[in-house]
Amino acid sequence: MSGDQAMRDLAAGMPVPEFETTAFTTPSVPLGEARVAIVTSAALHRPSDDPFTATDTSFRTLAAGDRDLMLGHWSPNFDRAGLAIDLNVAYPIDRLQELADEGVVGEVAPRHFSFAGNQPDTVAEIRLDSGPACAAELVADGVDVVLLTPV
Amino acid sequence: MSTLAHVLEAAGLSTVVLASMRDVVERMHPPRALYCEFPLGRPLGKPADPDFQRDVLMHALALLEAEAPVIADYPEVIVAEEVPMACPVPALLDGDLPPCVEEAQGLRAAYDRALARRGVTSVGRVIDADGVPAALEVLHRWGRGSAWTEDPLPGKNTIAVCLDIRTYYEEAALELVDGPPPGGRQVETWFYEETEGGRTLMAARGALRDQEAPFPFWFYMAPGHR
Repeated sequence: MSGDQAMRDLAAGMPVPEFETTAFTTPSVPLGEARVAIVTSAALHRPSDDPFTATDTSFRTLAAGDRDLMLGHWSPNFDRAGLAIDLNVAYPIDRLQELADEGVVGEVAPRHFSFAGNQPDTVAEIRLDSGPACAAELVADGVDVVLLTPV
Repeated sequence: MSTLAHVLEAAGLSTVVLASMRDVVERMHPPRALYCEFPLGRPLGKPADPDFQRDVLMHALALLEAEAPVIADYPEVIVAEEVPMACPVPALLDGDLPPCVEEAQGLRAAYDRALARRGVTSVGRVIDADGVPAALEVLHRWGRGSAWTEDPLPGKNTIAVCLDIRTYYEEAALELVDGPPPGGRQVETWFYEETEGGRTLMAARGALRDQEAPFPFWFYMAPGHR
């Protein structure tokens, strides 16, 4: 069995956090005027940042111009070479800038955010602590739309 | 990611998730998700393919038009290739050094070129490139029966050391292959199945299991399906 199929089968049998309702925010501006940010769970970070620990529930801030980023994720269970070839395969910051240059989106947010996907099963910290803290940073930056990219 | 989507959306932001596991995203029902059946680790599908990545983004952003929660499927599936990547490994001299140590030293020039070209490396979690041969030497001894509790590993954390070693090899390998970028997991397969370093790591992992080391110490030294 392939590694990807094994992981998908494993995930299919795991409990997930339950949300009784789905929050739904209709964009307040057209996409062509929207400020867009990326939030990734690839645990990307700058070499000067504190590295992610194995059970890290916090996030790192990435400036829109950062490209020299390390892959800090602790899981051995996904392809890591793709990111070494091209950051955009998990963190499409250059593609987003191109869409902004073309006017498809309004503009690229000044800051983007990175979590580690290897979270405790309850994801309580992300729901109650670091997630809302990240949301506050995004709101403070005037972000309208967030693209979430896993690994 | 779906959890964060719920949290961010509740704070007044509009989100789109690039989902990589359909079963999970269905159960977590985030506001907007584009399911992309791509190799895990490559949510935009194809490295060094801006047109493809752009198309994925356009499909994702189109979901912002939806008036209610939505899960859509990206129309193209990419299956990780199981064919090993064709990458040379250094010739070994059959000298006094363990083969994995000699091999790692032989890959150093390629690793250094990768670092110079990219400007950054993901090696350095607990050991840097200079520390890879010494760490491999300990793993080599573990695989041959040395007690892990009495033969300490530089960097200490087995998971982190193994990620550093694998990343060293993968970054070096990408300097040694021509042609289009290797498919998902091809570089991983090359490391674990074609290199002395990968074989050494797997032998050490088995030895730790047999010595009844704590489960996480050895299990996460390599992908679970191995």
